Amino acid sequence: MGLLSRKDANLILDPLADNNPITIQVLGICSALAITAKLVPSVVMAVSVIFVLGVGNVIISLMRNIIPSKIRIIVQLIVVATLVIIVDQVLKAFSYELSKELSVFIGLIITNCIIMGRFEAFALGNGPWKSFLDGIGNALGYGLILVVVGFFRELFGSGTLFGIEIFGNPVEKSGLYAYGYENNGFMVLPPMALIVVGIIIWVQRSRNKDLIEEN
Amino acid sequence: MGMKQNLHKLKEKYRGKKMAPAFNALHTFLYTPNEVTHGGTHVKAADDLKRTMNIVILALVPCLIFGIFNAGYQHYAAIDMAKGLTVEPSWFGNFFTWDNFWLGAGKVIPLVVVSYGVGLIVEFIFAVIKGHEVEEGYLVTGMLVPLIVPIDIPLWMLAVAVVFGVVIGKEVFGGTGMNILNPALTIRAFLFFAYPTWMSGDKVWVHGAVERAGTADAISGETILGSYAQNQDVIYSISDMFWGFIPGSVGETSKVLILLGAFILIFTKIGSWRIIVSTLIGALVMGLIFNGVVSAGWIDEGSTFYGLMSVDFWQHLFIGSILFGAVYMATDPVSAAQTNKGKWIYGFLIGFISIMIRVFNPAYPEGVFLAILLMNVFAPTIDHYVVQANVKRRQKRLKLKAA
Repeated sequence: MGLLSRKDANLILDPLADNNPITIQVLGICSALAITAKLVPSVVMAVSVIFVLGVGNVIISLMRNIIPSKIRIIVQLIVVATLVIIVDQVLKAFSYELSKELSVFIGLIITNCIIMGRFEAFALGNGPWKSFLDGIGNALGYGLILVVVGFFRELFGSGTLFGIEIFGNPVEKSGLYAYGYENNGFMVLPPMALIVVGIIIWVQRSRNKDLIEEN
Repeated sequence: MGMKQNLHKLKEKYRGKKMAPAFNALHTFLYTPNEVTHGGTHVKAADDLKRTMNIVILALVPCLIFGIFNAGYQHYAAIDMAKGLTVEPSWFGNFFTWDNFWLGAGKVIPLVVVSYGVGLIVEFIFAVIKGHEVEEGYLVTGMLVPLIVPIDIPLWMLAVAVVFGVVIGKEVFGGTGMNILNPALTIRAFLFFAYPTWMSGDKVWVHGAVERAGTADAISGETILGSYAQNQDVIYSISDMFWGFIPGSVGETSKVLILLGAFILIFTKIGSWRIIVSTLIGALVMGLIFNGVVSAGWIDEGSTFYGLMSVDFWQHLFIGSILFGAVYMATDPVSAAQTNKGKWIYGFLIGFISIMIRVFNPAYPEGVFLAILLMNVFAPTIDHYVVQANVKRRQKRLKLKAA
């Protein structure tokens, strides 16, 4: 392979499927439930996490030899917090409505288990390039699920995708709505996000039997 | 060689093939299976799963038939009332009439067909994919579903909900016998949260009320609970409620027929009398508490809850679907508590919470299905503690003996 060695490529590809942070490690569930009712916030959240985790992993990896291990959690927190504040301010400056919609959940990226998890598990023990790839890979895996869940929830819950009406207009009764179709209000509620994530996990595990835990 | 023998032969021929479970399901539906227990038999009983399910369905049939007539009766009664006439129900005068039957059957039979058709297709697909036999579990669910939905629910919504209920409520847990939640109530809960405008309010309970809304022919479809929740007068008498001449979900209005079903279930030992009785006790206790609150003067007539709180405690059993829930839903042997003591606790809490939700939550006019689903989730916990308590008691006894 040209750009990336096989090992490096796996750092990005593994978390997309067989080691996905949400469906396999079951991390970062709360944000996945909270902001996936629409596609736009899901995408913004995914991009934010890609930025925070990619950059954060590099920073931690660069500092890994000078951080005293007793205070490493605090150092990690400061790094995440700084990055999250950057994201938050950028959102507020350029897309205020969206930042209001995402409300606390941008701030709560700090507590997203995926981020601290990758810092601890990977960046502290690997070089910057590998850490960068790992960060991007895990954030992509997280973002992928967010977007898939957001896709189904917005399509069936609101009948739109990125705010564009797919099934017609429910108020004017045009398109599908003229035939009696109605939006599924349950899709907009958080429990449905959990069920959609559950179905994704189900599909994934029935395609790849190795993922099924023994019990 | 009759058809029965031919079918048995076909069964042998196709054993192990992919479509075998689907074939076998049809086969057992028509005839007694020719399989017998291998090895020593320990329990000898004539009731298998199929027979158990059939008795529940039998107990539901009176409710279904009444529901068909009631759908027509409510429709015509509402039209007459909108014209300003007073309508007195009489059994053969204006209830058991062909007009009522045709209108009701035209609405109710499609619900039954969709419920069974979609549900059994899902069951067949899962049986073929997973290679197990089709289980009888859906037979009762498929009958319960049409009885607990409003008459005018669009059929495609019902179909979507049935797919959801059977797949998410049952198949993901491993099929019949493994489900945590009652599938029929899962279907109702899905409908309730997905399409609330079709599942609650004052328009959905009488056929035609939705499409006539806003026109000169508008008719009301308010249920008794709806009237109470808005502190309005209720136009139905207790005897109407008891016999079932009231608007409501298709099959849950007639209390007398539900009681008949309860006797069938208790007599055949299929429904647990402990659960039924304790659910009703729970509901009465909660009703008494609310009556006490009213008579103590803690709330006045201006309060939102006054209407429902001041309902006589025993009347709570006649309005809404508490009785139907207690008899047919709470007693589901799979999702209910298994231990005898557990059943008392489980039932009591269902009744208690049902009335609490009914009174306190104006967004959910009826709380029975929510209460049962909640207690379904807690049933294993209740059983665990009942069993542990028993273990501890016996250990203590053992110690006393040893000492």
